[in-house]
Amino acid sequence: MDGVLRGDGVSAAGVAPKPTRSWPRWVAWAVPLVALALLLGVLAFASPLSFFRADLPPVEILSFERIDVTPAGFRATVVNGGPEPVTIAQVIVDDAYWDFTIEPSSTVPRLGRATIDIPYPWVYTEPHAVRVLTSTGLTFDGEVPVAVETPTPGLQQFLAYGLLGVFVGIVPVALGMLWFPALRRLGRKTLNAVLALTIGMLVFLLIDTALEAFEVAAGLPDVLQGQALVLFAALLTWLVLLVVGAIRRPRDDSGTMPRALYVAGLIALGIGLHNLGEGMAIGAAFSLGEAALGSFLVVGFTLHNITEGIGISAPLTPGREGTPAGYSPGLRTFVALALLAGAPAIAGAWIGGFAYSPFVAAIFLGVGLGAIWQVIVEVGRLLRDDAARHAEPWITWANLAGFAAGVAVMYLTALLVKF
Amino acid sequence: MEPKEPGDRRITRRDFLKAGLLSGGATAVAATLAPGRTHAGHEHGLPLAAQSTPTPQPGMDHGDDESHGGMGTVGQVDNARNGFDPQTLLRDWDFGTVSTLPNGQTLREYSIVAVNKEIEVAPGVFFPGWVYNGRVPGPTLRCVEGDRIRIEFINGSDHPHTIHFHGIHAASMDGVPGVGPGAIAPGGKTVYEFDAFPFGCHLYHCHATPLKRHIHKGLYGAFLIDPDPARHVGEDEASARARNHLYTESQAVNEMVMVMNAFDTNFDGDNEVYAVNTVAFAYMNEPIRIRRDQRQRLYLINLTEFDPINSMHLHANFFDYYDHGTTLRPTHRTIDTIMQCQAQRGILEFDFKGFEPGKYMFHAHQSEFVELGWMGFFEVTA
Repeated sequence: MDGVLRGDGVSAAGVAPKPTRSWPRWVAWAVPLVALALLLGVLAFASPLSFFRADLPPVEILSFERIDVTPAGFRATVVNGGPEPVTIAQVIVDDAYWDFTIEPSSTVPRLGRATIDIPYPWVYTEPHAVRVLTSTGLTFDGEVPVAVETPTPGLQQFLAYGLLGVFVGIVPVALGMLWFPALRRLGRKTLNAVLALTIGMLVFLLIDTALEAFEVAAGLPDVLQGQALVLFAALLTWLVLLVVGAIRRPRDDSGTMPRALYVAGLIALGIGLHNLGEGMAIGAAFSLGEAALGSFLVVGFTLHNITEGIGISAPLTPGREGTPAGYSPGLRTFVALALLAGAPAIAGAWIGGFAYSPFVAAIFLGVGLGAIWQVIVEVGRLLRDDAARHAEPWITWANLAGFAAGVAVMYLTALLVKF
Repeated sequence: MEPKEPGDRRITRRDFLKAGLLSGGATAVAATLAPGRTHAGHEHGLPLAAQSTPTPQPGMDHGDDESHGGMGTVGQVDNARNGFDPQTLLRDWDFGTVSTLPNGQTLREYSIVAVNKEIEVAPGVFFPGWVYNGRVPGPTLRCVEGDRIRIEFINGSDHPHTIHFHGIHAASMDGVPGVGPGAIAPGGKTVYEFDAFPFGCHLYHCHATPLKRHIHKGLYGAFLIDPDPARHVGEDEASARARNHLYTESQAVNEMVMVMNAFDTNFDGDNEVYAVNTVAFAYMNEPIRIRRDQRQRLYLINLTEFDPINSMHLHANFFDYYDHGTTLRPTHRTIDTIMQCQAQRGILEFDFKGFEPGKYMFHAHQSEFVELGWMGFFEVTA
């Protein structure tokens, strides 16, 4: 064992490694695995922990992933998040036992799914409650908050949801960018305040996205560890953006891509990821009937997201650190940025409308979270660097006012879209 | 996202659209996204009630060959596994072991064992019950007014239980904790003994605490005391003969016992399954066959826990009702719905003379109970 434990290249300080019988390296790797296998064998066959299992009833955890409303009734997808298989015995809709068929099997394995088709005469725009009763008599509830037929992916629906994404994502961002000529004429301090406004807006989005992410995550079966999933998605995204930033940030401002453009691109990316999540939420809300009464909602999102266009274009104003004096971004740049920030809303609306899954949604929202965090860091750095060059404090009353205005605008326009 | 009153939102949106803000494109989106919805109502400002939209026609014809429009349980309860069949529960009287005491009084001896037993209350739904003699409801004990009743009770379960009879008896025979033999410990036994009075449609149930759980787990049954014609005169004597199982007059009547019960399968204080005689929709899936020219007598007992009342409604016909069964003349005549609180019971008498043969429905007239299992059919034959 001596040689195994020490392994290669590990030796007590100051003691010359004495020649040992050299075991092949794989043996060293295999020893813990063999020990683990032995332990599992003991646990499986000798049951030393049977004391804890006496005669406990099975723990059953089912959750409704989604309920589609079809012309024939409801189609519910349930996930088994418990430790044991669960057998679905009956279905109760609105306090009435109802006919149903279940695929692939009424016994749902751990982490497995089942689709339940329930022919039911649902009532347009009214809520319905779907409940499954398992073989042990436990009940799990799903709801159809507003019964409206769930769109089936067809060309018309596809275009409609795409249009929804355009209104929620691209239109407001593009509208916001129309302020760019005005921004160019602002003085340095005012522009700093506009950057602070961008930060305020981003902080709002950060918190909003986090809350949304945790709300979605809370709906996941515990076994999927939704909250941890969100946080790790955010952490990984942030680290990836750090790596990208370290590679791509030009050493000086004479590069082909000025730092300002990099920052603007990053903001657009962060906002794009946020809009992806937002598009998913809106698409899902429309398809699940919750927002069936809502062109109001679409207008609200348009107003809500218009600030994002300002945020993206603010760092591109000339004469700033990171922007060559004569730098003037072309139309193509703005189009690209608008697409980067807005187009994900279209994808989001499609995903949310036709294939909404809380699991995927939680991951995307986590990714958005990490991206927005990094954007805040980058925009903050712009402000700090500018302040350092002019030997000023970077947190000024003007900047604070900009920040507050950013949060306030987002909060107030969010009143139009929260439900 | 709490479900809200749809009308509220509608007003909000309508007002918004009236304001004319950006309505063009956005409305187009919403219009495409809300299938089946017409916009005429909004444009012309019709009152909300007039804005009815074409309701989809889903569900009803999905090739379902059953006659209940999709309502009901799916699958079959395994009666053999349960050890009892709702069809036989209707009529399997337990007359006890009959002998005559030295004083000439009839002695009826019964044996009842309480055990834990899993019962299938709806297809594939298993309830961890506590039961008398392996069934819910427990055996239908039947005797005659004035008989000596002796019940040996054995507790084969793992909780203390009793049997509390509704009837006239001494305090020590009341089957409640702390009085007489009190609660019978697991493995223990006792004997309850009393004279059967008054005649009527009665019941027995466990009275151990917590009472709610001991009752709703399944420890109850019917206790029928037939009137003794010798104790009644005139018209009442004839009625008593028709009620007493020892007389041929009673053989002409088709008698049935229905215990209205319910099961809270997830133990949240609210029932998931309602039934008569335990199995949801048992008599809907297999109607009770009766002859239309035969007098029907139905002993109806409510042992539903958690809900304050239960009821029974007979379709297309009316019945006479004897509250508690303690009278020989109806307490209600010509009614089609009767309401009972828990432990209330009575006798329904009716027939289908001259009726068209077919399936006649009966059920609780609380619609919720109906659709959660308490409904059935009489298959009336010529």
